[in-house]
Amino acid sequence: MDKLKKWLGTSDMAGIVVLALVVFVVLPGTVDIFRLNLVGKYLTYAFVAVGLVMLWGYGGILSLGQGVFFGLGGYCMAMFLKLEASDPISTKIQSTPGIPDFMDWNQITQLPIWWEPFRSLPFAILALLLVPTILAFIVGFAMFKRRVGGVYFAIITQAVALVLSVLIIGQQGYTGGVNGITDLKTMLGWDIRTDSAKYILYFANAVLLFGAIFACRAVQRSKLGTLLLAMRDKEDRVRFSGYDVANFKVFVFCLAAMLCGLGGAMFALQVGFMSPSFVGIVPSIEMVIFAAVGGRMSLVGAVYGTLLVNFGKTYFSETFPQLWLFLMAALFIGVVLAFPNGIAGLYESYVKPWLLKSKAPRDTGAPTAQVTPEATPATPPRTSAAPARALDSAPSGKQPDGVGPAVA
Amino acid sequence: MSASEMWNIFLMQGFAGLSLFSVLLLMGLGLAIIFGQMGVINMAHGEFMTIGAYTIFMLSSLTETYAPTLTPYYFFVAIIVAFILAFAVGWMAEWALIRHLYRRPLDTLLATWGLSLGMQQIFRSTFGAKEVSPTLPEWLLGSWAPAEGLDIPINGMFVMGLTLLVTAGVFLMLYRSRWGLRVRATVSNRTMANAIGINTKKTDRMTFAIGCGIAGVAGAAFTTIGSTGPTSGSLYIVDAFLVVTFGGAASLLGTVASAFGIAQTQSISEFFLTGSMAKVLTLLTIITILMIRPQGLFALKVRR
Repeated sequence: MDKLKKWLGTSDMAGIVVLALVVFVVLPGTVDIFRLNLVGKYLTYAFVAVGLVMLWGYGGILSLGQGVFFGLGGYCMAMFLKLEASDPISTKIQSTPGIPDFMDWNQITQLPIWWEPFRSLPFAILALLLVPTILAFIVGFAMFKRRVGGVYFAIITQAVALVLSVLIIGQQGYTGGVNGITDLKTMLGWDIRTDSAKYILYFANAVLLFGAIFACRAVQRSKLGTLLLAMRDKEDRVRFSGYDVANFKVFVFCLAAMLCGLGGAMFALQVGFMSPSFVGIVPSIEMVIFAAVGGRMSLVGAVYGTLLVNFGKTYFSETFPQLWLFLMAALFIGVVLAFPNGIAGLYESYVKPWLLKSKAPRDTGAPTAQVTPEATPATPPRTSAAPARALDSAPSGKQPDGVGPAVA
Repeated sequence: MSASEMWNIFLMQGFAGLSLFSVLLLMGLGLAIIFGQMGVINMAHGEFMTIGAYTIFMLSSLTETYAPTLTPYYFFVAIIVAFILAFAVGWMAEWALIRHLYRRPLDTLLATWGLSLGMQQIFRSTFGAKEVSPTLPEWLLGSWAPAEGLDIPINGMFVMGLTLLVTAGVFLMLYRSRWGLRVRATVSNRTMANAIGINTKKTDRMTFAIGCGIAGVAGAAFTTIGSTGPTSGSLYIVDAFLVVTFGGAASLLGTVASAFGIAQTQSISEFFLTGSMAKVLTLLTIITILMIRPQGLFALKVRR
């Protein structure tokens, strides 16, 4: 028992293992398939939150346009599924059989040329990964090379989100408009609406999510991760050391975008539709709060944050719809003013010391001696040896643009 | 189509552009003070406009019930009340929230977004989820027809006049008053301003509150054009930020110029394209220009 506690307190793999237990064992074992499908939906948002941890927590770049990439990935998948669902036989009542129903409603008689390649699954998968990445590369390259950052970047990504959502809603005949792409049925003949398919998709989604977490963890532990942190805290010094700061920023922005695209695609598969309501400004900012609640520095925390906020949203909008927005407002303000490091920060400063402290009396060679229970939320105990961790705790309140997990 | 008809269309189209210009400018002015001068990203700016709009609605219903004879005049009083209310709320918001976050602009963004959500829910609980419009005085309705086939809406002219007035007021306050002097001193060098005896904290609060008050006036003016709902504010927010950013954040003249440019681009492209495509085109143009010239149209020439 004590050994377990010590391991939980010291190893940074522990968090991932616990999360894996929750996602792979506890949740599938306790909730019914309807709720599990809901959890699966939330876990697709977790891709965005994990991407934001890399982009915002590590890179110090706040993007308010992550919904754009989520939406693009989702639409790429949805287009493939829609084409499969609208084969000439099942759409024979339309005036033009063989095209998606919303095109038919909008008097379009031929499949647009850019829809054609989405008949192939490999192309769709490639597109859902590359389209968001390429867009992120263009936006990121143009802006970071000109040293646009911070607030301006946030505003411009927000404008991009507005553009894309207006475009999708406006071009009803090609995109399905406000309703989005609905009635997705099969993938390569495999019905995605059955319960067994939902189970399989849930686990596939969870495996992919853990893949994403491990990939991001690898980046964090590499030299690149250290550089990202250094860049976030003192960009000029990194630049003076001879690094091209913009390239790292573009990289992390593209990485986050690709994760969003993956999440969006899994969303379309599990939920069975894709609509512009996941693209615009409001969902994009909500996605930021998922990462913020979980802890902007913690990959695992971001997943918990996403689950928690979404459970809260579902619960409150079912039972007390009046209260939900107030609670959301309180979350935004509270997470900024009181808990800049979110759940992960609370865990680091309260649970972890407790895990280690209760063990201390019996173990005299205390690696726990350095842990102070009254540590401020921004200062995780420095028990892990990863070099990146040491930089984590650097209080960044002093920097002029204060992008880090600053504490007032 | 005869030449005079063409001329009329041209004139009305031009007026539509000018009308949009005044709307954008009015939205941007408050933000130009808050974001441009102070550097605070106030995502709740739209909600401060909504405060103004609901103030007009409240006062119009009050006037209708208790003093119907005053209906033609209440609007002027209501605009002033809208300013005062938004000013007061802004003052409190600065005290409770913003002042803790001056060093963390990105966190301000999240906190004010939270504020805007809370305000939206308050509006919804108080006034209902349905959109409302105040009963406007007679003289604001209808249109002015100086020639055959030429219709200029009076509410558009009213908004334009008000914009002119507010812009002139902001210019005067910023460049001709003690307060403006203090604001500009604080913006250009906070430490030095503090050292020579300017109470920068008080200046910040005043500045934020005045910006919010102007947003309230803008919201009041918009009731003459459209109806108000709890989430109306969020429709304006991106436009307002783009106007200020595009103009060059710290330049008031830039805000005016960029509002003009954006409005004309939008209204001219609306003539040829659908509304949504015109919006997309305008936004894309702004984004592209901002990528090439991130400092905006009118950059302040200072050593940093």
